[in-house]
Amino acid sequence: MKTEKMTESYKQLYHNLINSILKGRGDRSQEQRQAAFNNANLPQPLQALIEKVAHHAYKVTDNDINVVKQNGISEDQLFELIVCGAVGQASRQYESAMTALAEAIKEGGYHAS
Amino acid sequence: MRLDILNNGYKFGTKILFSMIKVFSGYPLPDAAKLIFYRPDFYGSPAKQFTQRVMRGPSGWSVGDRELMAAFVSRLNECTFCVKAHSAVSATAYGDHNKVDQVLSDLNTAQIELPLRAVLVLLGKLTREQSVNAEDIRTAMAAGVNTQQIEDAFAICFAFNITNRLADAFGFFIPTDDAFEAGAKYLLKRGYA
Repeated sequence: MKTEKMTESYKQLYHNLINSILKGRGDRSQEQRQAAFNNANLPQPLQALIEKVAHHAYKVTDNDINVVKQNGISEDQLFELIVCGAVGQASRQYESAMTALAEAIKEGGYHAS
Repeated sequence: MRLDILNNGYKFGTKILFSMIKVFSGYPLPDAAKLIFYRPDFYGSPAKQFTQRVMRGPSGWSVGDRELMAAFVSRLNECTFCVKAHSAVSATAYGDHNKVDQVLSDLNTAQIELPLRAVLVLLGKLTREQSVNAEDIRTAMAAGVNTQQIEDAFAICFAFNITNRLADAFGFFIPTDDAFEAGAKYLLKRGYA
């Protein structure tokens, strides 16, 4: 019972975060925030930036940011899209891990201790 | 930071708070903390609540272990700010810099407990390859890690996979080691809330 309560609290806080960035009030449309979260179907040069955020964030440069701003995206919009890109990649890894954990528990008959 | 709004786009009361923190602590508020105050309803507040739960809530892992996992994931993501910040917190929590240094320089030779090593191997694979499978998890379980501890570790990995990316994309300023030590004491005393 204790373990179930702990799991539920993670789930609720996790979904609160995802819902806030994707469906909460923002300067960029929900569709574009979802695209940044998915790291797919974004116009260039925004797609190149979000790809870097998702897979090599340490390689992001001032120029990467400036090029996107020169294409008419405001700093507030960029803030939202970068957050969505980062959370999206982290979420895919987390969901993969939680699916594997559920499989291991199901196959092995393990219980939390 | 690369976005001017993250340097200057705060409400008057928040700017006063930043100034007071600088006066009392002797250091400017780190960029990781400033980010949480920017439009908090969008990202900062829910992110803070998740991080507080995973890093300071109930867990089979000690605070030192959890901060070590944060530093380890950050090292694999090559996020200098987060490696420095969370290795300082972990070392302070353990009262042992050597343990943290060993893990971050070579996990294979680090002198640490088997369950902690096993879960770090699991987080290493998840961070490098973006996925793990049931066999990887069974290997960790065989080393003595229980399912709740694995779930706790995955939640830490999620939180720092976000923070690492934001630190590097937004270009967090990297302060002195003394400032990181002061930040470590604050995070141990007050947590992330």
